[in-house]
Amino acid sequence: MVLSDADRSLVAEIQGGLPLSSHPYAKVGERIGMEEQEVIERITRLQDEGIIKRLGIVVRHHELGYTANAMVVWDVPDEHLDEVGGKLGSESCVTLCYQRPRRLPEWPYNLFSMIHGKDRQRVLNYIDAIIESCGLEGIPHKVLFSGRRFKQRGARYQ
Amino acid sequence: MMDSVDRAIINRLQGGFPVSDHPYREAADHLGISEAELIQRLEQMLEKRQLSRFGPLYNAERLGGGLSLCAMSIPEEDFERVAEQVNAFSEVAHNYARDHRLNMWFVLATETPTRIESVLAEIEDVTGYRVYNMPKKEEFFVGLKFEV
Repeated sequence: MVLSDADRSLVAEIQGGLPLSSHPYAKVGERIGMEEQEVIERITRLQDEGIIKRLGIVVRHHELGYTANAMVVWDVPDEHLDEVGGKLGSESCVTLCYQRPRRLPEWPYNLFSMIHGKDRQRVLNYIDAIIESCGLEGIPHKVLFSGRRFKQRGARYQ
Repeated sequence: MMDSVDRAIINRLQGGFPVSDHPYREAADHLGISEAELIQRLEQMLEKRQLSRFGPLYNAERLGGGLSLCAMSIPEEDFERVAEQVNAFSEVAHNYARDHRLNMWFVLATETPTRIESVLAEIEDVTGYRVYNMPKKEEFFVGLKFEV
């Protein structure tokens, strides 16, 4: 889908957040010269088309006590990727699950999942439970806990 | 500290927010609180930085932008310098140290897909280290919701 100029100005206007007042969409409209109804229709369409993945609260997981964050990577035979990715993605403690390219020889892993928990031991327990429930015993994996976080911000759109 | 109402707000409003003329009132009704209380609690949680924002989560690729996960292998003695140089790029959205030989992992978000390659080349130039580019090939799940 090609975004119109009106869509682009709306996307840029609300990227930092919605106004916290009774009629937030009317307020957004005032700022970019659009009627409330048009703002509502455009946002609804952007959601339907998947450009807005989600509207609402975006948390800072670290501040909510999810201080252990592990990127768990798996070296899955290509022919089993869809099956394993689907299983992993449906586990409730997996917050993201993507296929990415291997970078051989340094990096043999092609399936990336994120698992957050309140401490490292809990995350490791989740991983053990996932390996069992998804039957991943034969699939090499690696757990990369995060150390320091240097930077966290969303992407910015013009 | 967060009480049970704050937790209910977080759990419910990570899943979506009404797009209507009275969205806060609608959401508040479902939570059994007043519109004014919902707005006030959201303000407070934003102020305390428990929430990153209250608004949209965009799909960068569908907006026409580029997005990738990148990794570097940096010796301990050079780590601080390289972290500073990498973070100075406005296209670097977040950057974590991780315990692996590839020990620096960052997300790159650019205005156009073709900019990814040129920013990576610039980062390699400035730091003197190789960047491993690992763009998403397929998405199996994006939930990014946290029960509290």
